[in-house]
Amino acid sequence: MAPLVALHGLKVSFAGQPALRGIDLSIAPGEALGLVGESGCGKSVTWLAALGLLPGKARIEGSVTLAGLELIGAPANVLERVRGGRIAMIFQDPASSLNPVHRVGKQICEALRLHRGLTGAAARAEAKRLFDLVGIPDAAQRLDSYPHEFSGGQNQRAMIAMALAGQPELLVADEPTTALDVTIQAQILELLQSLRREFGMALVLVSHDLGVVAETCERVCVMYAGRIVEEAPVAQLFAAPAHPYTRGLLGALPPITGPRRRLAAIPGGVPEPWAMPPGCAFAPRCGERFAACDVGTPADAHPAPGHRAACLRAATPQMADTVMA
Amino acid sequence: MRQDASLLRAEGLVRRYTMRRGVLGRAVDVRAVDGVTLTIERGRTLGLVGESGCGKSTTGRLVLGLEAPDAGHVAFDGKPMPPPDTPAWRSLRAQMQMVFQDPLGALDRRLTISEQVAEPLAIHRIGSTSDHAERVAELLHSVGLRADQGARYPHELSGGQRQRAVLARALATNPAFLVCDEPISALDVSIQAQVMNLLLDAQERLGLGMLFISHDLRAVRQVSHRIAVMYLGRIVEEGEPDAVLQNPAHPYAQALVSAIPQPGKTGRIVLQGDPPSPANRPSGCAFHPRCAAAVPRCAVDAPILKPRAEDGRLVACHVAQGEADTLARAA
Amino acid sequence: MLRFFATRLFRAGITIIMVVTFAFVVLRLSGDPAQIIMGADAPPEAVDAFRIAWGLDQPVWLQYLHYFGAIFSGDLGRSMRDGREAIVLVTERIPATLALTLPALAIKLCLGIPAGIYAALHRNAPIDRVLMIMAVAGFTVPSFVLGLILVLVFAVQLGWLPSGGQESWRHAILPVVTLGIGGAAVLARFTRSAMLEVLGQPYIRTASAKGVSWRDVVWGHALPNAAIPTVTIVGFMVGSLIAGAVVVESVFSWPGVGRLLVVAVANRDLAVVQCILLLVAMTMVTANLVVDLLYGVLDPRLRSAPRGAGAG
Repeated sequence: MAPLVALHGLKVSFAGQPALRGIDLSIAPGEALGLVGESGCGKSVTWLAALGLLPGKARIEGSVTLAGLELIGAPANVLERVRGGRIAMIFQDPASSLNPVHRVGKQICEALRLHRGLTGAAARAEAKRLFDLVGIPDAAQRLDSYPHEFSGGQNQRAMIAMALAGQPELLVADEPTTALDVTIQAQILELLQSLRREFGMALVLVSHDLGVVAETCERVCVMYAGRIVEEAPVAQLFAAPAHPYTRGLLGALPPITGPRRRLAAIPGGVPEPWAMPPGCAFAPRCGERFAACDVGTPADAHPAPGHRAACLRAATPQMADTVMA
Repeated sequence: MRQDASLLRAEGLVRRYTMRRGVLGRAVDVRAVDGVTLTIERGRTLGLVGESGCGKSTTGRLVLGLEAPDAGHVAFDGKPMPPPDTPAWRSLRAQMQMVFQDPLGALDRRLTISEQVAEPLAIHRIGSTSDHAERVAELLHSVGLRADQGARYPHELSGGQRQRAVLARALATNPAFLVCDEPISALDVSIQAQVMNLLLDAQERLGLGMLFISHDLRAVRQVSHRIAVMYLGRIVEEGEPDAVLQNPAHPYAQALVSAIPQPGKTGRIVLQGDPPSPANRPSGCAFHPRCAAAVPRCAVDAPILKPRAEDGRLVACHVAQGEADTLARAA
Repeated sequence: MLRFFATRLFRAGITIIMVVTFAFVVLRLSGDPAQIIMGADAPPEAVDAFRIAWGLDQPVWLQYLHYFGAIFSGDLGRSMRDGREAIVLVTERIPATLALTLPALAIKLCLGIPAGIYAALHRNAPIDRVLMIMAVAGFTVPSFVLGLILVLVFAVQLGWLPSGGQESWRHAILPVVTLGIGGAAVLARFTRSAMLEVLGQPYIRTASAKGVSWRDVVWGHALPNAAIPTVTIVGFMVGSLIAGAVVVESVFSWPGVGRLLVVAVANRDLAVVQCILLLVAMTMVTANLVVDLLYGVLDPRLRSAPRGAGAG
């Protein structure tokens, strides 16, 4: 099946500092993909670059295609139709992601007008329907509320309603639950799941929380220092992580069950963009490095079908079963 | 439990704030903390879990004596906590310290890390000035910072390094008690693990009693010997971490545990609605409007935190205690 | 709502009283009006008689009380120079001042705000730097220097425009421009910062991500938010419509309230000075009150308390 969105060799740099160093990724229609990584890995920049939302001084190379339509370098009017209409994006802090001086209903109707040509009473009726869909009670009254009158969870629901207004084929959710309480997080993730099922919408969930991504997504990509270091179906990633960074992330997560153990914390920190190691970016922190790891960025190894890892260690099968505890 | 094993005991803490609703509205009493009793033992950690508005941060401040409670009292090492900003209270600071969520905000932008780590030593006049340099080096090493990082300013370090610096400063006076309020939430996952390890190491080395406040159940389980779950200013359940996490008794604790994201999660309890604000406290049990197990009694009587008959688990719930009315369940 | 007004009005009243009292005291401490008005070589008996006639021989506090009492019956005193009522003297000059300050306000708004917005939208581009340098020049150069330079160039050298007086509309051009440039410069810088602050907010990114065109993002999403802090500055400018032209009116011999103030102070013409100051204070507090109300209109967050403000 042809991919809905395909990224090839996407590179982004700011003032000469690389933020993304070559991303290759594809998303099938209706698929749920998780993008996991820590701060600075470029997981948000990837999608901001794809939609042309980065500031003008960012240098972007590579290709992002949406069902064959090239987005990088596309003219403004093409991008404006895609944003919200075919690819929608929701962000981390819902309270500050909505315009504080406009009523929420007006902000939703703006999206409806732009992408579905609805105005007036028809738009308002549809906005109400969207509010009902995302589970905001008292929808008719809430349309006239301002964002500061909503709680964090309700604001995020309103953002989702606004994102759905354009009936997008892909929803990119950038840390949608990080600023929310854990029980509200559960509500929002459930909502995203049910909306996906109902509309057959593809979903990209960007998060630093492996657990969140694991639950909601079918496939997961792990990013480190501007590259994808591992990609696999969810179950496979958790059962048999091939890249030492992924193993490190899993080891750093405190277990909910089982004996309490000292956490296997990854030593050191993420390299700064101006001090990127010559070879594999993770090598300085990796407990399993070879000498060759410092020479060039490793090519993708394929430990299993649908599972790739940019790691020389993963490419050597006899080492693949030394999974770090 | 022997009396002298308890490092800190807080009983019936109440803290009220007056909020004005709207620019011109009436004043409303908000009970951020509404009757909290807890005990922290030497060398052990109590984890305090809850979501926004539950009063856990306020509890942390009350326990340290940063604010005086409107009711109830705090006893540290058997003696009552002096009122805030009195000389007696200030000298107690050497024995109790706090680590906050935002390490950048907790550090002074204009002083180097070493200067800040040395500050408590100067304030409490511990050792002579010449001893300080050595002690600072020792503290930096114990949290995994290098000497050259000590000479840097906070904005030159990463989030994880700053939090280590905050920890080094907190440990400078060899305190007996440490309150950590969301110390790792702002950090990356791998750095969170490093800091949690550090806290556990420090506890073991120094016999620290700790109050670990967080919304992250995983982290709380990792570092705590006992967990208390708070909702809207009250403790609703308390017990051993594994007991509470595997078999939560209170419906809110059940929802909280069920909400933890995990691979392959099914059958999650999803709570309806938002956590209420403390200004809008429901009658009776504060949780009853969102509780699937609520019975009519729950809207009337606020349940008391007491041991459950079958296993002694402390829980504040009529249904969990088996004391619900025999009337039909609330819808 | 009532409480809001009541507190504001109360504070405004206190402000006005403080301004008038201050003027009252300082003027009387700074020289003897009788001597100055009568002249240096007037006979002492004439000066004394003058003093008694104007009540200047009484203790200051008594004069103060009389003055306040008189205000409440509408009598703001008389000019000691020509005996006419102070209030009449001042109000007959207001139109002349407004003929300068209103067009100048228009210049400030129509030049300053667009310049600031444009600079913010092209941040760090050459045009931004040029505009900001011009803005700094505009508000650092004192108005009288600017006025005199303009007179030198346009009146003396080029002879295009008259240098002073109020005979025709062409006489208003240079003073209006002088007044307008300084304010436009301040507004440009301020508007630029307000816009930059707003453009960096997450909701701007959300609007773009929604597919809103950049033009609509700026006009519909950014400007309404940037207007909020800008209104403060504009409020000050409106508040100084009456007496903000003191220096310019003097430089261009324009017979407005500002010029009257300068002359009255020099002459210690107490009632006139106090009347003008009273008027200025009232204009300012009214402008501030209107600005406060406008905040409520422009910023919905000020109208109702935010939800879920928990103590965590």
